[in-house]
Amino acid sequence: MIFLELFLTFFKIGAFTFGGGYAMLPLIQEAVLQKNWLGLEEVINFIAVSESTPGPFAINMATYVGNVMGGVFGAFCATLGVVLPSFIIILSVAKCFDKFKNSYSVKGIMSGLKPAVVGLIGSAVLSIGKTALVTSAVYFSLAIFLVSLVMAFKKVHPIVIILITAVLGIIFGIAFGI
Amino acid sequence: MKKILQLFWAFFKIGAFTFGGGYAMIPLIQGEIAENKKWITDEEILEIIAIAESTPGPIAINSATFVGYRVAGFFGAMFATLGVVLPSFIIILIVSFFLNQFKENKYVNYAFFGIRAGVLALIIKALVSMYKKAPKGIVPYIIMGVSFILAGIVKINVIIVIIISGVTGFVTYTLKRRKEQ
Repeated sequence: MIFLELFLTFFKIGAFTFGGGYAMLPLIQEAVLQKNWLGLEEVINFIAVSESTPGPFAINMATYVGNVMGGVFGAFCATLGVVLPSFIIILSVAKCFDKFKNSYSVKGIMSGLKPAVVGLIGSAVLSIGKTALVTSAVYFSLAIFLVSLVMAFKKVHPIVIILITAVLGIIFGIAFGI
Repeated sequence: MKKILQLFWAFFKIGAFTFGGGYAMIPLIQGEIAENKKWITDEEILEIIAIAESTPGPIAINSATFVGYRVAGFFGAMFATLGVVLPSFIIILIVSFFLNQFKENKYVNYAFFGIRAGVLALIIKALVSMYKKAPKGIVPYIIMGVSFILAGIVKINVIIVIIISGVTGFVTYTLKRRKEQ
């Protein structure tokens, strides 16, 4: 039953992502690739789409994967799944927030999770790097990557970077074919 | 009832105008919810960031649920969350339709070929800023390295890596506190 599977998969992703945004990437990548719902290339393409459309990455990704696998109702199930853990946890914590915030177990657990997220995103960089750079035109991909990296650290807006890389891709594609 | 609808609408606007998600949402919440509606104080915004960071899930959802609950209880939480999710949901459904239409288009594929290299750069940028925010020291560095190896090279389930790291953090934090006492 694809709808239940979508719901449960994204529920797990919602429950185990700390730090928001790209922290979710390793979990999404693992779940979606293992189940053969999307290929890694499609995941990376969609990251660009998500950066250029409003809304949180998690919601965008859940809606997209859900829609690909099960239409509008699939999108609904996946999105509900990714939202529900946060919703339940915040409601249970909101009443005793001060106690929670100063809780010594929370501080301890977070002191382990924050560095773990760095390592996990690092692992996503590894696999995404392979897919994005080891292409039929390695040098060209590498050149676009280096240009983008400089722009990213010069704080050029992500949408501008995506537009520029899209134009470069089209120019190269027309000139040489890929 | 009126407050609940206002919550829905305020967060709908926030959801519709935040690009990049997460922290990009905080200034909008501040403007709309704190300054405009005066539903929460600026200090509570800091609390929201703290709580969103120490609970799982997207920051946008955590903030909407938390503010909604503070302002109007359970239904406030529900409608604020629904409001923040709905714009993404609708927009992505529309975008998916077009992506599907142009999937075979040569030029779209050329564009994505270039974009994928750009996305890698964006993620590395995110990695660096996550690293800057993370605690430093021998134990955090070991956790970073080990979780990288386990998830990226050994390819152990990511959730297991997260659980191991949380437990390690808890244990080392406890030991450190004992020593200090």
